[in-house]
Amino acid sequence: MRYRYLPQTDQDKREMFEALGINSIEELFTDIPKEVRFPRELNISEALNEVDHVRYFSALSNKNANFTTHVNFLGAGAYQHYIPSTVNHMLLRGEFFTAYTPYQPEISQGELQAIFEFQTMVCEMTGMEVANSSMYDGATSTAEAAMMAAGHTNKARVVVSGAVHPEYRDVLTTYAAGQSVEVVTVGYTQAGVTDLAALEASVTDGTGAVIVQYPNFFGSIEDLAAIKKIAADKGALFIVASNPVALGVLEAPGKLGADIVTGDMQPFGIPVSFGGPHCGYFATTSKLMRKMPGRIVGQTKDEEGKRGFVLTLQAREQHIRREKATSNICSNQALLALAASVTMTALGKQGVQEMAMMNLQKAHYAKQALANTAGLEVVFNSPTFNEFVVKLPKPVKDVNTALLNAGIIGGYDLGLDYPELANHMLIAVTELRTKAEIDTLAQELEAIVRA
Amino acid sequence: MHKEKELIFEMSRPGRVAYNLPELDVPEVDVTSLLPQHLIRETPAELPEVSELQLVRHYTELSRRNHGVDNGFYPLGSCTMKYNPKINEDVARYAGFAHIHPYQPDESVQGALEVMYNLQQDLAEITGMDAVTLQPAAGAAGEWTGLMMIRAYHESRGEANRTKVIVPNSAHGTNPASATIAGLETITIPSNDRGLVDIEALRAAVGPDTAALMLTNPNTLGLFEEDIVEMAQIVHEAGGLLYYDGANANAILGIARPGDMGFDVVHLNLHKTFTGPHGGGGPGAGPVGVKEILIPFLPAPIVAQREDGSYYMDSERPQTIGRVKGFNGNFGILLRAYSYIRTMGADGLRKVSEYAVLNANYMMRRLATAYHLPYDVVCKHEFVLSGIRQKKQGVRTLDIAKRLLDFGYHPPTIYFPLIVEECLMIEPTETETKETLDEFIDVMLQIARECEETPEIVQEAPHTTVVKRLDEATAARKPILRYTKEV
Repeated sequence: MRYRYLPQTDQDKREMFEALGINSIEELFTDIPKEVRFPRELNISEALNEVDHVRYFSALSNKNANFTTHVNFLGAGAYQHYIPSTVNHMLLRGEFFTAYTPYQPEISQGELQAIFEFQTMVCEMTGMEVANSSMYDGATSTAEAAMMAAGHTNKARVVVSGAVHPEYRDVLTTYAAGQSVEVVTVGYTQAGVTDLAALEASVTDGTGAVIVQYPNFFGSIEDLAAIKKIAADKGALFIVASNPVALGVLEAPGKLGADIVTGDMQPFGIPVSFGGPHCGYFATTSKLMRKMPGRIVGQTKDEEGKRGFVLTLQAREQHIRREKATSNICSNQALLALAASVTMTALGKQGVQEMAMMNLQKAHYAKQALANTAGLEVVFNSPTFNEFVVKLPKPVKDVNTALLNAGIIGGYDLGLDYPELANHMLIAVTELRTKAEIDTLAQELEAIVRA
Repeated sequence: MHKEKELIFEMSRPGRVAYNLPELDVPEVDVTSLLPQHLIRETPAELPEVSELQLVRHYTELSRRNHGVDNGFYPLGSCTMKYNPKINEDVARYAGFAHIHPYQPDESVQGALEVMYNLQQDLAEITGMDAVTLQPAAGAAGEWTGLMMIRAYHESRGEANRTKVIVPNSAHGTNPASATIAGLETITIPSNDRGLVDIEALRAAVGPDTAALMLTNPNTLGLFEEDIVEMAQIVHEAGGLLYYDGANANAILGIARPGDMGFDVVHLNLHKTFTGPHGGGGPGAGPVGVKEILIPFLPAPIVAQREDGSYYMDSERPQTIGRVKGFNGNFGILLRAYSYIRTMGADGLRKVSEYAVLNANYMMRRLATAYHLPYDVVCKHEFVLSGIRQKKQGVRTLDIAKRLLDFGYHPPTIYFPLIVEECLMIEPTETETKETLDEFIDVMLQIARECEETPEIVQEAPHTTVVKRLDEATAARKPILRYTKEV
């Protein structure tokens, strides 16, 4: 069989063998001891020609109910939003997607400038002073923030709200176990926000960080200023995991006292793609800049005084500091940061506000519509952004199966993470949902719960 | 002289847009009735306001100021800068993959779960492991995941005192960094004069506190650790486990398997060996394979198959180290890797490694005529040269790298591994033609001549790029990390 990614002809091989003074490729592998040489062919999936390959993967793709075949109301940390068509065209430029980390700045100015612009946009959205070039996702970014805070304050205890995304808390717990940091979780109130009295009781002088989400996992909007006060009183850093789309209408966390803002840029131009690749972001204060994990791009000048960009503050990083590095992160999510940058550019100053406002208005309309639907109850009365919680008279799993049959991807089953919230569904309504789709959801839900 | 490129913010004019959202089709409610005043944003974010054509020209111009594999040769050692197949990008954009949610019911995403399951199986076979998690987002995340499992394994056996991770001095920087964030301590051992792990140093380093040995094989010098079986025996007899850093797996596909060498844990860099792509720094994907003894500790969930052939997410893992990333890992990269495997098959993957090794040896042999070759033996998929001869002529390896830019090449990895002075680490990959290798070799030989005859040409390079050498010291001393509008 011939392979289109392997250009070696028989003549090429002959010439190379001759230059090497060998008769077969096998002679280049004599350094591998016989007992570890693999004696047979790998038993893996078979190769497909390009035509069959397309057929095979198309068939697999077609097995999946998706946002083009179904109307989607699922969010819970990954959201279906408007993606301007320009985004994909720019991402598919091979100069971007086939490059690696910009180690050689003279031939990487494009990527470096794009990251510098990304860092600026993250700072603008979050109201923070500095940002890095990206993290793996919102969950790992938040966990790294907690570890950074524990290290900086020298207090190996962090307090996290139970209203933070359960997977963010799971990843935090895994990181914390590695670094012997204690994680304390505090509950939420009937209003669906962090229980401030419980929080105040849990935040001690030995607490390095307080972590909340904004909006939180239930879609409710936390009172950041009040939480900041609780954290600051005990000398803990305040970490806010934030949905960047919401920041088009919500006050920036930086204005409300956040020391570190983390989250995922996925809502800005990145397909949900079964959960990844997305794009963690990380922003903090100038004071904490040198403690930040990840790659950072800085502006400088070349020998002729011309503006240029370089990777900077590398003395924090694993390839220089090895076991003393601030993090082990090396590869990040640069291409997705570019997607987010292009999207924030396309939306621009006006578009991010308009899009955020549409999410707010449509989710509010949906909340009212479902509140008025027989058999459903909207719980938690805090202000929400584009997600809210509905109590059903039936298991969410069963309702979602019925919705799927009606061409709808239903909301998230909160009972999976919160036993006390069995039969509670978290519903996301973005700018992409029409009034007609929302009305249909209400009708279908009414019929399903009545049946 | 090349022009300075404007920032997108500097192109902004109030009133321009590059988006078009639908009209609001629900009754509009006053925002102050939905949000308390103190939570409503006071000052809008200063994002650019440009037209769609301006946007396209801006990012197109940025792309023209960037070098990728699509532009030309990119022999960046340890990074496996091979061709990134276009069909992988197509597949990743099919609606049934790009526009599905990780929390959809399992029965509605059987195609995606099948991709993950098959990839788990194929990677287990390729590495000689018993099970695989696809969750880690990159190589470093895979290392940390593997070390957390090793730690959990020792703790489960009442050996929490096993906290030392032995790492050769030629190892990637992520190895010791990952050990630290897994709560373990690094012991660095030297390499011998053949560039391999010093067996006696290893023997002296292991003991009742040994958690693991972390090893790249072939190592970062591109040399196969020939004593691997004995090394595995030494570590195992001491009660430790072996961790395989898969950054260099492009040399061994179908030729040798970490599992057969004695390794207990392995991560693969799908963005390297399995055509990722690299994306300007990411996304990666760092699946981790383990031997049976470590299966209970794998991150939850993993994809499993029922007797009826359907797939599901198995979250029932009581001894798991927990979750290491949100959702299902970097699914889009996993999908691309599986697409690549389905293009190459078993025969194709073995040829990948054979040709990667052939290309590397050919280049090494020809370049050794002008550059010092510190380890004059057969190499695997990459090799290192030293610029010490050129240094005597007043030219540093950094200068040679910058001179290569003038010829349209991305330079090799430089000054790594740390144990070779003035190091150049070259990995051609299998997807390059002999003509490309010959042209690059000719340029390297020309640069070697320049170092003798006209060293200033090399010392002052690059001459043709959009910017000249940049002042990195000032960038770090007085960091400017964002644009601020001048008022």
